[in-house]
Amino acid sequence: MTELVRMTAIDKRFPGVHALKSAQFDLVSGEVHALMGENGAGKSTLMKILSGIYQPDGGTVAVEGKSVTVQGPRAAQSLGIGIIHQELALMNDLTVAQNIFIGREPRRSFGRLDEGKLNEDAESIFKAMNVAMDVRAEVRTLSVARQQMVEIAKALSYRSRILIMDEPTAALNDAETNELFAIIRRLKSEGVGVVYISHKMDEIRRISDRVTVMRDGAYVGTVAAADTPISTIISMMVGRDLENTDVDIPDLSAAPLALEVRGLNRGRTIRDVSFTLRRGEILGFAGLMGAGRTEVARAIFGADVRDSGEIIVHGKPCTIRSPKDAVGVGIGYLSEDRKHYGLALGLDVRSNIGMTSLFRFQNRFGVVNDNALAVVAKDYIAKLAIRTPTDRQEVRLLSGGNQQKIVIAKWLLRDCDILFFDEPTRGIDVGAKAEIYRLLQSLAAQGKAIVVISSELPEVLRLSHRIAVMCEGRLTGILPGGAATTQEHIMRLATLRQGALEEATA
Amino acid sequence: MTTAPAAPVAAAKAPSGAQQKILAFASLIVLLVFFSVASENFLQTSNILAILQATSVNGVLAIAATLVIITGGIDLSVGTLMTFCAVMAGVVLTYMGLPLPLGILAALGTGALCGLISGALIAKMKIPPFIATLGMMLILKGLSLVISGTKPIYFNDTPGFSEISTGSLIGVFLPGVPVPNGVLILFLLALVMGYVLNRTVLGRYTFALGSNEEAVRLSGVNTDAWKMAIYALSGAICGIAGLIIASRLNSAQPALGLGYELDAIAAVVIGGTSLAGGRGSILGTIIGALIMSVLLNGLRIMSVAQEWQTVVTGLIIIAAVYADMLRRRRAG
Repeated sequence: MTELVRMTAIDKRFPGVHALKSAQFDLVSGEVHALMGENGAGKSTLMKILSGIYQPDGGTVAVEGKSVTVQGPRAAQSLGIGIIHQELALMNDLTVAQNIFIGREPRRSFGRLDEGKLNEDAESIFKAMNVAMDVRAEVRTLSVARQQMVEIAKALSYRSRILIMDEPTAALNDAETNELFAIIRRLKSEGVGVVYISHKMDEIRRISDRVTVMRDGAYVGTVAAADTPISTIISMMVGRDLENTDVDIPDLSAAPLALEVRGLNRGRTIRDVSFTLRRGEILGFAGLMGAGRTEVARAIFGADVRDSGEIIVHGKPCTIRSPKDAVGVGIGYLSEDRKHYGLALGLDVRSNIGMTSLFRFQNRFGVVNDNALAVVAKDYIAKLAIRTPTDRQEVRLLSGGNQQKIVIAKWLLRDCDILFFDEPTRGIDVGAKAEIYRLLQSLAAQGKAIVVISSELPEVLRLSHRIAVMCEGRLTGILPGGAATTQEHIMRLATLRQGALEEATA
Repeated sequence: MTTAPAAPVAAAKAPSGAQQKILAFASLIVLLVFFSVASENFLQTSNILAILQATSVNGVLAIAATLVIITGGIDLSVGTLMTFCAVMAGVVLTYMGLPLPLGILAALGTGALCGLISGALIAKMKIPPFIATLGMMLILKGLSLVISGTKPIYFNDTPGFSEISTGSLIGVFLPGVPVPNGVLILFLLALVMGYVLNRTVLGRYTFALGSNEEAVRLSGVNTDAWKMAIYALSGAICGIAGLIIASRLNSAQPALGLGYELDAIAAVVIGGTSLAGGRGSILGTIIGALIMSVLLNGLRIMSVAQEWQTVVTGLIIIAAVYADMLRRRRAG
């Protein structure tokens, strides 16, 4: 077993974020080394440095004992480092074979392509992987799982000695995951070192030899996968200090129902989801990536078409076909991607707060009463403690936490009393997180009904009065909030796959 | 079992660009049949040759535009670049009195250089293609006027120059079919570029860039260099168009050129090349250019006023793009 990679004291800063603080990592040949941590812990950033996409601000990278600077993707390839990105990086309009060999096409004279050899080479890679694949098919015609296989084949085609997989099973079902694991084991036996980034605890135990945990951009520790209990790994991930935050759970049994959802279905992404939400309640939605939480929120909000399902708001059944209908009955949705869907970054704070309520500030000729809007905007700036020099400041110049508050102000002004928060603290630093939490709690105390979708378990545990857990489109259980529920309880429900259930009962 | 039946294993094969091409080809046939029935003059050899002749310049420019559009870019400067190349050929041939091959080289070289500059503005300076080529469009229009002193440059001193477009090499061998050389050049160029797009590395990267530029970059490909090469090749093709039009008019008309870029883009779009990049074909573009020429020719033969011809062209473009949108929406 030779040492393939040793990264020491890696430092990386992005504007406003200290992404990696003296992080370290090592990899030997023939092992699967899992890299774990919460979202934003720095796993992907560390691996992007190893694969040449980012340059570190400090620290050293050694490959097979030699200190190297990985200048770019091409340099990484020649060092035998292959990466499978979290977001699929394929060219949809090209065929499978063309994707695999992009940049290294077998050529003949005058830049002519040798398409025959291209297809043969691609076929032999899939044969070695033991995967049946039409290498002449356009990538856009493949399912996401098949596209994932193409990514893996592409990484293997570099004869990588070091293979980085960032959440490779996020879109795979059980059978496909097993297939992938068979491939990984074969690679292991050939001496390839695999870095495996995943959130799925059960997978980590099945496939990896060692586990390195990161938190807030720093190295926490490395343990052997086989004899370390999952709870130990989880507590390494979250840090002990966050675990014993108490939730103050109000008695809501008398509070009227704000929202009731019955039998919500949408293709394979949402399967028969039903739940209720009371006024003044914070309902957390937990689950792994791709469990269908965002999809549920979007379906209720009318952003995606539902196959079936009843939505009852304040006791009245509603027809919600579009976001406009949803807003009409007082449902607001705060997207996980604020910058794309929540804000007009180039406009000022005032305009963003008034964005969905402009009709209230216009006279009958459609002229906006800017003075009235300014008064309201300043009121919300004070109420939500939005830190901005004036209400005319461009939103893009504010911090993530303050941007999030502006989105909240926008929906409050629109009189929405049922609010869906999708990853409300993504990209927000720790101090501002606490402030957003307090804001959500005070909104609930004022009688708003709140759904918080979050991939960060400590966040769910800290905020929720009840916790709904999803797995592969199904609601696998609703847990009470408070100290009685632990991350392990949630994890158990979040990994409760239907396939496993069926096998057990068959 | 309460779960829904398993979804179909693989989605039905998404409709491909081939369908749009077939649609465009069918439209062309329908137009041909319609005009043949409507007017007996339409199908006469002289009229067919006139249609082809009228297609040659727009067709060549549309091929240049196709390359750029497949990368996900746009080139608004193809029309004025064509004129600028013609003017530069005039400078070399008429002002300097150099032999014909050097004039041809001047036109092609000027085109490639200007394309390279556009490409550099876009790839290196990260200026959006629309803006970069809008700037180039105006710069080249101005330069053409400055260099020529706003007067046409005639090619009377260069024997054989007018043969480039109006002579007929085919007519020499097949006396019955005097297809002008301009048309011959268009179809030869289409064959060559069709091969380049589908069979060479440059063509592969043209599609790959339009499909997912970041993915190509992460695969270790020097995307900036390839993009510049594609714009340079596109520019050189504009140089060919410049030679054809100058030869047909036996002069470089410096005021000409504006508006040609829109006709070229229209032909590309009608031919099924997606403005979003990643898909498209030379064959489609040629069909698109032919549809536009046939339409204008046919309407003229039917004595439809020129103003209405323009209106119809506009309607056709919108219909073609809408068909493309429908196709892509179904493809998801």
